[in-house]
Amino acid sequence: MKPLSKQIGSTLNRVDGHLKVTGAATYSAEYELPGMSYAVLVGSTIAKGRIKSIDARAAEKAPGVLAVITHFNSPKVPGFTPTGKDPSQPQTTGGRLKVFNDDKVRFNDQPIAVVVADTLERARFAARLVKAEYEQEKHETDMAAGLRQAFVPTQAKKNPKSGVADYVRGTADAYKTGAVKLEAEYVIPTEVHHPMELQAIIAHWEAPDRLTIYDKTQGTMATRRDFAKEWGLPEENVKVIATFVGGAFGNALHSWPHESAAIIAARQVKRPVKLVLTREQMTTMVGYRPHTWQKIGMSASPDGKITAITHEATGQTSSYEEFTESTVQQTRMMYTAPNVNTRYRLAALDVSTPIWMRGPGEATGAFALESAMDEMAHLLNLDPLEFRLRNYTDKDPENGKPWSSKFLKECYQMGAERIGWSKRQLKPGSLRDGDWLIGYGMGVGTFGAHRGSSKANVRLLPNGTVVLQSAVTDIGPGTGTAMTQIAADTLGLPPEKIRFEWGNSEFAPAPTQGGSAIVNTVGPAVQEACLALKEKLRTMAGASNAAFASARKEDVVFADKYLTLNGNDTARASYADLLKQTDGGFVTVESKPNGENGQKYSMYSYSVHFAEVRVNPLTGEVRVSKLVSCADAGTIVNQKTAGNQMKGGAVGGIGMALMEATHMDDRFGRYVTKDLADYHVPVQADAPAVEVLFVNQPDPHVNALGTKGIGEIAIIGVAPAIANAVFNATGKRVRELPITPDKLV
Amino acid sequence: MNQFQYVRPSKQQAAIEAVAKDANATFIAGGTNLVDLMKRGVMAPQKLVDINRLPLTRIDHDPGKLRIGALALNSAVADDKQVREHQPLLVQAINAGASAQLRNMATTGGNMLQRTRCPYFYDTAMPCNKREPGTGCGALEGINRMHAIFGFSDKCIAVHPSDMSVALVALDATVLVSGPRGDRRIAFADLHRLPGDTPEKDTTLEPGELITAVEVPDNPFTKHVSYHKVRERASYAFALVSAAAALDLDGSTIKAARLAFGGVAHKPWRLTAAEQFLVGKPATEETFKQAATVAMQGAKAFKHNEYKLRLAPNTLVQALKNATAA
Ligand SMILES: Cc1cc2nc3c(=O)[nH]c(=O)nc-3n(C[C@H](O)[C@H](O)[C@H](O)COP(=O)(O)OP(=O)(O)OC[C@H]3O[C@@H](n4cnc5c(N)ncnc54)[C@H](O)[C@@H]3O)c2cc1C
Ligand code: SF4
Repeated sequence: MKPLSKQIGSTLNRVDGHLKVTGAATYSAEYELPGMSYAVLVGSTIAKGRIKSIDARAAEKAPGVLAVITHFNSPKVPGFTPTGKDPSQPQTTGGRLKVFNDDKVRFNDQPIAVVVADTLERARFAARLVKAEYEQEKHETDMAAGLRQAFVPTQAKKNPKSGVADYVRGTADAYKTGAVKLEAEYVIPTEVHHPMELQAIIAHWEAPDRLTIYDKTQGTMATRRDFAKEWGLPEENVKVIATFVGGAFGNALHSWPHESAAIIAARQVKRPVKLVLTREQMTTMVGYRPHTWQKIGMSASPDGKITAITHEATGQTSSYEEFTESTVQQTRMMYTAPNVNTRYRLAALDVSTPIWMRGPGEATGAFALESAMDEMAHLLNLDPLEFRLRNYTDKDPENGKPWSSKFLKECYQMGAERIGWSKRQLKPGSLRDGDWLIGYGMGVGTFGAHRGSSKANVRLLPNGTVVLQSAVTDIGPGTGTAMTQIAADTLGLPPEKIRFEWGNSEFAPAPTQGGSAIVNTVGPAVQEACLALKEKLRTMAGASNAAFASARKEDVVFADKYLTLNGNDTARASYADLLKQTDGGFVTVESKPNGENGQKYSMYSYSVHFAEVRVNPLTGEVRVSKLVSCADAGTIVNQKTAGNQMKGGAVGGIGMALMEATHMDDRFGRYVTKDLADYHVPVQADAPAVEVLFVNQPDPHVNALGTKGIGEIAIIGVAPAIANAVFNATGKRVRELPITPDKLV
Repeated sequence: MNQFQYVRPSKQQAAIEAVAKDANATFIAGGTNLVDLMKRGVMAPQKLVDINRLPLTRIDHDPGKLRIGALALNSAVADDKQVREHQPLLVQAINAGASAQLRNMATTGGNMLQRTRCPYFYDTAMPCNKREPGTGCGALEGINRMHAIFGFSDKCIAVHPSDMSVALVALDATVLVSGPRGDRRIAFADLHRLPGDTPEKDTTLEPGELITAVEVPDNPFTKHVSYHKVRERASYAFALVSAAAALDLDGSTIKAARLAFGGVAHKPWRLTAAEQFLVGKPATEETFKQAATVAMQGAKAFKHNEYKLRLAPNTLVQALKNATAA
């Protein structure tokens, strides 16, 4: 690859930054359509049972109300085939909740009615008037009960090679006979994504068979597929627009009942329907990080070599849909250990379905594994960094393959130096500043450097601007900015000459924004599309200009108003002339992962987080006073947006470690922490100035750009780094997050 | 939200009459608590009497006492030179509450009268005697980690959430009230009540009674003060437990002390016995621990708030240490 890069690696400001800070960026709830109506969902007040009756008379009579839709009068949705009718399939594989499709209540606050009115206020008022009667059944929301009935995920039963199936290397449970032995249980509570932007949708039937939705989603294509299927429509008939997404952290990776409800409502009232969830409904209707129980068994030789690890995890899911994640993956590949086995189970409860939340299962799993690493280092009287180095692995112990690239050692070194790791004392409780104890901890994170297939559209406009289009969304990481930089460097144009358009299902197909895979996947598509554009323009120019005809596409240069050639400035083809013959149209290119390389190498991004905490031993207050996050994420396309990603992940990790938790009253199967006064996320005062360090070495195998992905590793490993630092400060090991003052006093 | 009437009288008497005459009318000041409760369906007044036109925003220091108008904003009080000079404990307590934005809207009167943050009170699908007398107390056997360890009843175990009030009760403040039957003064410690059998009543105010001001007598507690609030994040969260401590020191001997807890009872919890215990004793951690033991007499925990039995005394010790060092 020729040395690129004026833009790649720069700190280019977000291309949409100005729009966002001036309020000019239009989010899903902010579109206005003629005849708009407003929908408000009514949730069930029981966790399990049957709806006996719904009295909607008062609501229907309320001013401005256009419809009250319940399962009694909902228009039939063609894709809502009956569930639970096939006795050979477990109940938990029923799929997404089919809203207003039957009289069953499967979780508390399940949508049981939607009220549509001509204003939001009227819809809200009327929604309060809807009264339901239930035939209640005994529900189970208590994880303790779920654990007693934990089961192997259906996916693992069907496919023993699946990532959630049991895994054994060497001997299972070999830790039990190890020289130095640790066995500990770790718990993560249910955490909620709570992005700033509430989940919102506008559903608009443009014709009886044509649906347009403005939706908060991380994947315009996936949303299109889901709702085309739900309504038995060809996919082209459904258009999904998600230009701006105000954070999502995973909760817009799935299609949810409120989206179905808005589409049903729009069908019924024959007007566009806008539906925005309330903050309380964000807890119950759009997924969450599942409550997860884990157990780590670990043994090591007295000289600090891990001899065996057993990692068991059980995650909560709903009674109607199995949600699985890669909670135990890091344990399989992070450290050399001859004996490793993992067991992943599900606990089905009468709750709504969870969904990936940033760093997803890997972040949950890393809390257990990286806490256990710290506990074992303590047992061995070893520095936890030294312990990790003694168990460092240069090839993937899970499958014996070489790493595509791995610079974790470099991360360890940079981070340790920056935090001042040498100040750390082996003996907990040794450092103090006035009333506050000081401790240091570290945690490692890893996530697959995934790359999928993607297309990209590109065309040149007569004014010399290059327009690219992709269905991909930008949920905040700066996708639009990164793609602009990649295009600018590939074409040799300044970023102002590039217009990258995204967030529309009618653009070139691209995968859902998630799994840290977007730069890895869409980046190459943009790059290849730009090269194809060069070639196309060269050929077009070559028709009347011999110099272009014989030139190589690499020599094509975009000047301000004309195309020219490297080393031959006299060869010129003006854009206006070029585009006279044909409007140019879009060049569409599909970029696919390098299949062979994928087979040959194991591909992962890595991070290590170092935390310095202060703990008040009297009150149990914990403050993170320093946080250093180092990442081996391949090429860093944009230092600024990548740095933002890392900082955001680190702050998310502080939330996970110290405050985020929902509390369920199991008597009612109903959460008591539903708003942002009860569900705490970090505020500015909780976040120190996070220092971010990148190795910034290209990975030679994932793609031509050398990227590996950042979004997940930014948070994976942060919570254990803080928990380990709290132990180092106090000698208290908290194995159930979050580490709130009540657990330390 | 329900439909409601809205009036904004400019005469105090008109405002009082509007509420006194109409059982479904209520005052609104900053609205930061009331409007939330209306949106959630917890309160549904049919008439709002906006008192923001009444001339109740003044903060004056007269000989011997500070007088804060009921409509003085929390931020204005905390920034006021006279308040900072004479009542630094009050400043600390106000600044520990809510966020800068909320303190810019919240008023002195409204802050005292804010309602509990008990999650069962806020969720109309849950039982709650305070919201709907007779439905039972959801918290009693539920998720009661935020709840009371003092002064509760089997009808209600909620805590009062105001930080400002914890300082005011410690500082012997007096609430000035004007009502349909004239004016009266209420010792701050008597403004809020314990739940007993009628948890729906938060205070001893009569219908239509308007708080016009709060008075804080001058005192020697201008230096050694601390409001220590323990919460689940560094800022912008309600207290798990908070402690107000004010000391008058003669060298290292305690001449007088004022102490109160927040987050432990249905009202700000003055600690008179512990105050008396401290008088004449040396200001050491050992003394503070003994005082904290005195302060905790009679405390009783529920399933999820047992930690408060340890956190509350420790927080008091921390506040006393801070105050001594101040
Ligand atoms: C997210 C959030 C976090 C918060 N965190 C904290 C915190 O940490 N600590 C804390 O202490 N507080 C906190 N608060 C509460 C905040 O302090 C109160 O909402 C505020 O002080 C209420 O004042 P207001 O003027 O807005 O009252 P309003 O909402 O206008 O009124 C509250 C009540 O007082 C009555 N009232 C108001 N003025 C008078 C008067 N003069 N005479 C008689 N009755 C009157 C009203 O009728 C109403 O019932 C928080 C609030 C929110 C929303
Ligand atoms: S503690 Fe009081 S406010 Fe809370 S549920 Fe019980 S009665 Fe209601």
